[in-house]
Amino acid sequence: MGEVRLMKGNEVLAEAAIRCGCDGYFGYPITPQSEVMETLMARQPWNETGMVVLQAESEVASINMVYGAAGSGKKVMTSSSSPGVSLMAEGISYIAGAELPCLLVNVQRGGPGLGTIQPSQADYFQSVKGGGHGDYKLIVLAPSSVQEMNDFVNLGFELAFKYRNPAMILADGAIGQMMEKVELADFKPRRTNEEIEAECGDWATLGKPKSRKKNIVTSLEMDSDIMEANNLRFQEKYKKLEEEEVRYEAIQCDDADFVLVAFGTSSRVCQKAVEIARAKGLKVGLLRPITLYPFPKKIIKELARKAQGFLSVEMSAGQMVEDIKLSVYEAGSNARVDYFGRMGGIIPSPNEVVEALEDKFSWELSYGVKRSY
Amino acid sequence: MTEEMIIAGFGGQGVLSMGKILAYSGIMEDKEVTWFPSYGPEMRGGTANVTVIISDTRISSPILQEFDTAIILNQQSMDKFEEAVKPGGTLLYDPNGIVNPPTRTDINIYKVEGTKTAVEMGNPKVFNMIVFGSYLKVRPILSLDNVEKGLEKSLPERYHKLIPLNLDAIKKGQEIVEDVQLV
Repeated sequence: MGEVRLMKGNEVLAEAAIRCGCDGYFGYPITPQSEVMETLMARQPWNETGMVVLQAESEVASINMVYGAAGSGKKVMTSSSSPGVSLMAEGISYIAGAELPCLLVNVQRGGPGLGTIQPSQADYFQSVKGGGHGDYKLIVLAPSSVQEMNDFVNLGFELAFKYRNPAMILADGAIGQMMEKVELADFKPRRTNEEIEAECGDWATLGKPKSRKKNIVTSLEMDSDIMEANNLRFQEKYKKLEEEEVRYEAIQCDDADFVLVAFGTSSRVCQKAVEIARAKGLKVGLLRPITLYPFPKKIIKELARKAQGFLSVEMSAGQMVEDIKLSVYEAGSNARVDYFGRMGGIIPSPNEVVEALEDKFSWELSYGVKRSY
Repeated sequence: MTEEMIIAGFGGQGVLSMGKILAYSGIMEDKEVTWFPSYGPEMRGGTANVTVIISDTRISSPILQEFDTAIILNQQSMDKFEEAVKPGGTLLYDPNGIVNPPTRTDINIYKVEGTKTAVEMGNPKVFNMIVFGSYLKVRPILSLDNVEKGLEKSLPERYHKLIPLNLDAIKKGQEIVEDVQLV
């Protein structure tokens, strides 16, 4: 068993980065994720592992530092909160277009604009549908505990390198600021230059040995036939992600008439809501997507065969609900999909969720069957 | 066992650090713990509160509307959280600065003269540990051994010389807590 500590989600991100052999962190402070760089600067990993930690002059600079360092096959990351991630959008699109692995962290706060510093999940669309320009996808992981903040740093890097695609940890201010018991991973050394050459030698710009062709890192292609071929290759990669990397957790869904769907902090609230609803005799379950992209469509389709309704519980005006509707539609099910949420930095309470469920599905609850139109 | 509690008072009273020591003591007892602060543009003198959950099983929501225990250290927090204690739950408060004491008869109410005692002990900073001691007396969910280990873990090493003083304050708090009977 690894070392057990009480830590904030943000602090754990920093510790996990050092322990998983991260080569570099480039960032710019913003509430509620400033503890990431604060912890890194206090830990001074450059003395311990040689990891670079650099406060850039802006988010735009930090994402482009990530772009450059990722091009050399290094394991690099940045973190920010909503407005800062918007600033990074251009660079993220370039990194996806150049097919480079890196880890991005968004500890979301309420928006739009400068918004508030309180937790939010309103960057769902930005994270899973693009955010920047062009047909690209991020691998998006949604932690719901401090332990998962730890675990997803290593997982994010693994997936990013496996698919040569940026991965994002989409957290929120609550998980960033909350302290929980966490079992830290054991230290992994940073890869040597020889190991990087062996793993990434066919694409990374490491200095050209005589034994191979030169590698070029770019997202630019003037020939549109080649650009289309590139896009087709990206789409193949996303298809493979959708087939092989979906992760979710289903809690008490087996006999559920109603399924709450929630990720991150709102999924924690919903776990309690399930307890409350079950105590009232309602057959309610919780589906917690862990990968937001690729979205767990298949399990929703399976649940839609039996469930009377789905309630998407979000700290936004209702974004993930669209993906649930799409999955239920594809399943040919007439299960009803509705949304409940709070915005602007407010976290819904478990009782509010149960009340919303009873209110929005009052027809189904009184007749005990699916409502047909 | 699951204990869902709120500690609420002024910023600077040691609300967050009391919660942290509690949470660390819980880890020493091999329990699951969550510490969730009210974070925001807050400062010394403003209100501060923290939700602490200690449980034998996986912890669900860090956002709660009702609590097994409330530790209340100022009037604003009393106004806000007296009603949030579950029936049969526990409310522990320091009467210093409390104009309207709690009136509920369906909960267990305890009083600790923490501010006064801390001054008498010659160190106002141990105030939160006195209150913590009273909490441990009325809700004995953690052993004193594990609290000592929790203190070691949550305090930086340069402050470890102060652990005996903190333990004295905890023991003092255990002695002076009063059961308030409302009929």
